Amino acid sequence: MAAKGAERREREKAAQPELAGTPMAGVAQQLDRLVHERLRLGILSALSVNESLTFTELKKLLDTTDGNLSVHARKLEEAGYIGCAKGFSGRVPRTDYRLTAAGRRALDRYLDHMEALIQAMREK
Amino acid sequence: MASILPIGPPAPRPVEMQAHAMDNLRYIRRTIEQAGSFTAVPGIGGVYMGATALAAAWISAKRPGSAWPLAVWLLEACVALTIGIAGAALKSRRADAPLFSGPGRKFVAGFAPPMVAGVLLTAVLFRAGAVAFLPGTWLLLYGASVLSGGAASVRVVPLMGVCFMAAGAAALVAPSWGPAMLAAGFGGLHVVFGLVIAVKYGG
Repeated sequence: MAAKGAERREREKAAQPELAGTPMAGVAQQLDRLVHERLRLGILSALSVNESLTFTELKKLLDTTDGNLSVHARKLEEAGYIGCAKGFSGRVPRTDYRLTAAGRRALDRYLDHMEALIQAMREK
Repeated sequence: MASILPIGPPAPRPVEMQAHAMDNLRYIRRTIEQAGSFTAVPGIGGVYMGATALAAAWISAKRPGSAWPLAVWLLEACVALTIGIAGAALKSRRADAPLFSGPGRKFVAGFAPPMVAGVLLTAVLFRAGAVAFLPGTWLLLYGASVLSGGAASVRVVPLMGVCFMAAGAAALVAPSWGPAMLAAGFGGLHVVFGLVIAVKYGG
């Protein structure tokens, strides 16, 4: 397990060879890993332009599976980035997700980091 | 001297962070476009469209039963379309959002087909001398346009489409009520829903 983690860290390090010792290295390290994952980024982005979205709507929009979506949504929920309300629509269970203030701040911060990375690379 | 060849495939060149960042920004933009709703439906513009329709109803009533009402309403359709597009463009500019982003394109894709059908049916019904059915056809197809385009917009827009369709159905059942339904539909419904949209969702 530890070996796997070290291997992953090595891979990440190898993917950013040009960053070492540059201002971008700092920016890259500040990236919120929770938001950086593609599906979680999609969930936050979709919720940022909607008051709320159901589990089914998110699944269709992000073209993913039930299991994948619920795992990533739970991680965001645990971090307090999204809120979740479970209920029923008639007899059908319904899960509504909405973006919290912390989630919006995290997404804004992430966008700022991405822009900073691009800007720093252009200035290089 | 023997040459040494690698056994496995060469390691892929690492992707630059800048490319990652650009790709992620593109992904965010695409997701937001797909998830967003078309919020540029004009509220105040709708009120103006209603006002010009009421004026058109009054002018067309002066010479009923001739080609005059048709000419007046066709002119009104052009005026209303211009007001609608200008209103939507102004509203989206105020929101600093492109008019024809994902939701905007979806709105147009839903809105346009019934409108095109309406233009064709207008020509056919006029040539067949069935002008009494024009008001109902216009209201019904405009309602269908708003309903299908409004699926990509806020909830009140499809509801407006349903009301127009109901007005159209009533005008088709009782063609003698056609001119009154045109005034009530294109005039009254536009004013009422325009005010609702303006108050609830901004200009």
